[in-house]
Amino acid sequence: MPTNGAPTKITQGSQTKGGIGESTLRPDGTLKVTGEFAYSSDMWHEDMLWGQILRSTVAHAEIVSIDTSEALALPGVYAVMTYDDLPTDVKNYGLEIQDTPVLAHGKVRHHGEPVAIVAADHPETARRAAAKIKVEYRELPVITDEASATAPDAILVHEGRDDLPQSQLRSTGGTPISGHVPHPNIVHRQPIIRGDVASAAERADFVVKGEYTFGMQDQAFLGPESGLAVPDEDGGVQLYVATQWLHSDLRQIAPVLGLPERKVRMTLSGVGGAFGGREDLSMQIHACLLALRTGKPVKIVYNRFESFFGHVHRHPAKLSYEHGATKDGKLTHVKCRIVLDGGAYASASPAVVGNAASLGVGPYVVDDVEVEALALYTNNPPCGAMRGFGAVQACFAYEAQMDKLAKEVGIDPVEFRQLNAMEQGTVMPTGQPVDSPAPVAELLRRVKAMPLPPERQWESSEGADVRQLPGGLSNTTHGEGVVRGVGYAVGIKNVGFSEGFDDYSTARVRMEVVGGEPVATVHTAMAEVGQGGVTVHAQIARTELGVTQVTIHPADTQVGSAGSTSASRQTYVTGGAVKNSCELVREKVLEIGRRKFGSYHPAWATAELLLEGGKVVTDGGEVLADLVDVLEGEAVEVEAEWRHRPTEAFDLRTGQGFGHVQYSFAAHRAVVEVDTELGLVKVIELACAQDVGKALNPLSVVGQIQGGTTQGLGVAVMEEIVVDPKTAKVRNPSFTDYLIPTILDTPTIPVDVLELADDHAPYGLRGVGEAPTLSSTPAVLAAIRNATGLELNRTPVRPEHLTGTA
Amino acid sequence: MDFLRPASWEEALAAKAEHPTAVPIAGGTDVMVEINFDHRRPEYLLDLNRVGDLEEWEVGEESVRLGASVPYTKIMENLRGELPGLALASHTVASPQIRNRGGVGGNLGTASPAGDAHPALLAAGAEVEAESVRGSRLIPIDEFYTGVKRNALAADELIRAVHIKKADGPQQYSKVGTRNAMVIAVCAFGLALHPETRTVRTGIGSAAPTPVRAKAAEEFLNAALEEGGFWDNGKIVTPSVAKQFADLCAAACNPIDDVRGTASYRRHAVGVMARRTLTWTWESYRGTARAAFEKGGAA
Repeated sequence: MPTNGAPTKITQGSQTKGGIGESTLRPDGTLKVTGEFAYSSDMWHEDMLWGQILRSTVAHAEIVSIDTSEALALPGVYAVMTYDDLPTDVKNYGLEIQDTPVLAHGKVRHHGEPVAIVAADHPETARRAAAKIKVEYRELPVITDEASATAPDAILVHEGRDDLPQSQLRSTGGTPISGHVPHPNIVHRQPIIRGDVASAAERADFVVKGEYTFGMQDQAFLGPESGLAVPDEDGGVQLYVATQWLHSDLRQIAPVLGLPERKVRMTLSGVGGAFGGREDLSMQIHACLLALRTGKPVKIVYNRFESFFGHVHRHPAKLSYEHGATKDGKLTHVKCRIVLDGGAYASASPAVVGNAASLGVGPYVVDDVEVEALALYTNNPPCGAMRGFGAVQACFAYEAQMDKLAKEVGIDPVEFRQLNAMEQGTVMPTGQPVDSPAPVAELLRRVKAMPLPPERQWESSEGADVRQLPGGLSNTTHGEGVVRGVGYAVGIKNVGFSEGFDDYSTARVRMEVVGGEPVATVHTAMAEVGQGGVTVHAQIARTELGVTQVTIHPADTQVGSAGSTSASRQTYVTGGAVKNSCELVREKVLEIGRRKFGSYHPAWATAELLLEGGKVVTDGGEVLADLVDVLEGEAVEVEAEWRHRPTEAFDLRTGQGFGHVQYSFAAHRAVVEVDTELGLVKVIELACAQDVGKALNPLSVVGQIQGGTTQGLGVAVMEEIVVDPKTAKVRNPSFTDYLIPTILDTPTIPVDVLELADDHAPYGLRGVGEAPTLSSTPAVLAAIRNATGLELNRTPVRPEHLTGTA
Repeated sequence: MDFLRPASWEEALAAKAEHPTAVPIAGGTDVMVEINFDHRRPEYLLDLNRVGDLEEWEVGEESVRLGASVPYTKIMENLRGELPGLALASHTVASPQIRNRGGVGGNLGTASPAGDAHPALLAAGAEVEAESVRGSRLIPIDEFYTGVKRNALAADELIRAVHIKKADGPQQYSKVGTRNAMVIAVCAFGLALHPETRTVRTGIGSAAPTPVRAKAAEEFLNAALEEGGFWDNGKIVTPSVAKQFADLCAAACNPIDDVRGTASYRRHAVGVMARRTLTWTWESYRGTARAAFEKGGAA
C-alpha cells in the first residue's frame, strides 16, 4: 500500500445511487403515515403558556371600547394584550402592503380579525379569559362586492392609503386615487392591451360572451396554524413555527417586536400542508409578543374553526369574457375583465392580479387582447395566495369559453384548442415570447388518447355497487338518472416570482468525511410543507457530489433566505441554489484533490473531472481518487445565493413586459357521472398530461400532479367558504360544512409526464405543483356540462345548480 | 364542568335525577363536537361508558331491543337482516372511526333533524325506552321528536334502549350530501314496506324542524296498493302512483335554506328519493313474493 500520500484504495467508479431522476422515498413519509411525525402543534416546552386570540364577531365595526379587566383577573392568566400594548411604532404587517394590524386598532374590517391576545397556563383558561374580554363594537355597513366597494359614497376599507405610487396620485374630493387604481377600495389593477381588439372583432365570424363566478376556496391544510415562541436571555426570541417562508416572516415580525432580525431566531417546525395559506403571518407575532411580555415560552395552536379565520383564502372572482373566432376556428380576439375579491387586507392581491391578467387568455395564440384584472378591498375574509394564484380563476373561465366557442364554430373542443394552442415562440399578451417548450397541443393529444374508463362500472352480479355511483354510500341511486360526461381543459401557469421580484434562494453545502464516509450537508431555509424538497435536495447533492450520505439540516434563519415554498418554485430556485452551491463545493474539492494528488495522474490537470460513487472520476470514467482521501482532514463549505434570470414589471397601463420566468402546462380529461335528477356528481377519472421539463423525482412529480388535480376537483364540486352577503360573516367555518374530497370522491388519476427540457432552468426542470390545479376544475365542469347540457357558469357546482332548485 | 362516572345503570339514573342538567355522553361523537366548538358547556357530563349493557342488543320475536350505545358498526355487521333500513342508515354515518363510537341513543338524545338514524327509525316503527328513578316508559318514535333538537325526554330521564320492529318486508334508506362519503345530510329518506299489515311507513330527515313521517304519502300509497291488489298480485307500481307518492313526500317537508342546501332542493330531492326507494323496495318485495304469486296463492 502506498504510504506516500498517493490515493490509498482506488476501486471501480460507479454511478451514485439516489441521485436525480430516481424515485427516492421521502424521509418523513413513513412517519407521517404512521402518525409519528412531529407537527408544529405537537411541540411542548417546560413551563410554557398557551396563547389565545380574541377575534371580532362582526365584519365591519368601530371599536368603541375594550375592557380586559375581567380577563386579567382570572387566575392562571399571565398577560392580556391589545393594540395599546404593542411595543413599537410598527403595528402593521403585510406581504406586499403593510396594511394588516397586528391587533385591531379602532376598527375591525373582517369577521374573525384579531382584537386581543391572552397568555395563560392552560389552553382552557386562555380561552375563558379571552371570552371575558369585553369589546364594544359600533357596526358599520359592509362592503361585499364591486358595486358596494366602488360606489361613490362607499366607506373606504382603508382610509389614507399610502401604498399607491406617488407619481400616479391625484386627488378627488380629498380621496387619493391613481390612474391604475381608480378607487381606493381597489387594491391593484392591471390592464393588458395588445393589438387592436375592435378591428380584430370585425374579422370574427363567431363571438361568444360569458359571465363566470368562482367561489372562495380554502387551502384546508390538515395541520392548523401553530408555533412556539421561547424568549431568549439576550432579549430576543426563538420561534418554532410552521410556515412557507421563514425570512419573509422574519422581515415582518422583527420590526413589530422592536428587535433586530438576528435576535428573532426562527426554525421551521413540522408543517402539515400549506398551499399558499401560510405565506401570510398567522400566530407568529402574537406568540412572540406574549413570550416577550411574560418571559415564558408561549405556544399557540389554532383549532379548525379558528384556522378558517386564521389564514387567507383563494380569491373568489367574477369574470366576464368575450372570445371571437373565424369560421375556420382561429381565435380573433379575447376581451376579459376579472374582478377578484381581496377581502379586508391586501395580502398577495397585487401579485394575484398580475397573474390573473397576464395568464388570463390561457395557453393560446391571440394577437388582439384586452384584459383588465383588479382586486377589491371589501369586508369579506382576506384572500391571498393559494395554489394556482390567480391563474386558477382565469382558467376556469377561459376554458368554459373555449368549449362554448368550439360549439359555435362546430369544431371538436380538443381540436379547437389544438388549432389555437401556443407553442415555443408564441408571444404572450404581455409581449413576452415563450422561449422554452410549450407542448399544449401535444398534452391535449395525450390525454385524449388515453383509454376511457369502462361504462357502468357500478354494475355487478350482486346489484349496484353504490361506491361507484354518485352519492356513494349515501345510497341515492342504483343507476337511475346517471349520465356520463367527458370534458377537457388545459392551462398555463407561471413558475417562480414574477414582475421583477428579486427571487433568489440561498444554499449552504458542506462536504466532509464522517465515520470514514464522505458526507454532504445541505442547509437551506426552505420550508418543507410536503412538496418533497428535502428529498430532492438530497438527490441533487448525490448527483453533484457523488456521495451517498446527505444530511438535510433543519430549515432556519441561520442561513440566507430560500424564498417562499410557493409559485411552484422551490425545486427550480432552491434546488438551483443547492445545485449551484454543490458545484462550487465540487470545484473546491477538486482543487484539494489536485493539490494532494495532482502529481500522480496527468488527468487531474487535463480531463473534465466528476464526483461519482464516492470517487473523483474523469469524464471517461477513469477513477483518480476516493473522496475520503481527498477530504481527509478537510471540510469544504460554501454558502451562496442563486437567482433565476430576471423578470420585469408589467407596464401599469398596457401590461407589457417580460414578467414571468417560466411557464408550465397541464391538460386534463375528466370523466364524470352525474345523477341528473339529484344533481350529485361522481368524478370517475381525471387523466392528466403535464410537461415537467425533467422529473427530478418521478414519484413526487406524480404525487404533486395527483394532489393538484384533486384540489382542483374539490373546488369544482364541493369546496366553498360561504360568506353571508348581508353581514360578511363566514357561514361554514368547519369541516362539517366546508367539504374537501374524501378518497371516495377522488377518481383514478392516470398521469402522463412529458420531459421537454427548459434550457434556462436547472436540469431543464419545470415547476410542477400548481399547473394541475388549474385545468382540473374546468375539465370537471366541462364534463358535467357534457353530461347535463347545462351552462354552469359558476364553481363549485352544487346539486341545486344541476336541478334548477337554486 | 364536572364529570360523573356511574358504574351501573342505577347509579346513572340516580345521578341524572340529582343533576337534571347533566348531559349524558357515550360515544361522544355529538357531545364532544359541541364542547370543542364551545357551543355548549354543560355543568355536568354523565359518562355512560361504564354501563356495559347499553352496548348490547336482543333480537326478540317482534322487535329488536337495541342498547342506546350499540355502535353503528355493530348494527351494520349484525343487524342487517332484522333492521335493514337502520343498517343502511348506519352505513352513511360519518367515518369508520365515528361509526365505531357513535350509537342511536346519541342521535335520539341530540334529536337533530339531520341525525342519520331518525328516518330509518320512523319508517321501521320504533319505541324509545326511557327510564328515570321514577320508572321506565316506552315513547313511540312518532311522539319522540318535539322540536329542533328537542325530544320528549323528561329532565331526569335517560335513553336505555330503542325497540325497533323487525323488518317484515324490504326497507331502504337514502341520504343526499354534497360529498360521496363522510357527509352530513342535506336531506334523507327512509322507507319500509310492512307486508304483514299491508302498510308502508316513511321517515324524512333534515327537511323539517324535526324528523317527520310523510303521513299523507303513506295513506295515499296504502290505499293505492290496496285498491290495485298490489300486495297480492305483485304488479309493478305504476309511474303515476310513484310520482304522486313522491310529490306527497316532498310536500311533507318543511325545509329551510341553509349553507348545506336550499329548501327548494331539499323538497325536490326528497321526492326523488321517495320515488327511487319505493321502486327499490317494491321490486325487492315482488322478487321475494314472486314464488307465492306464481303458486296462485294470491289473486
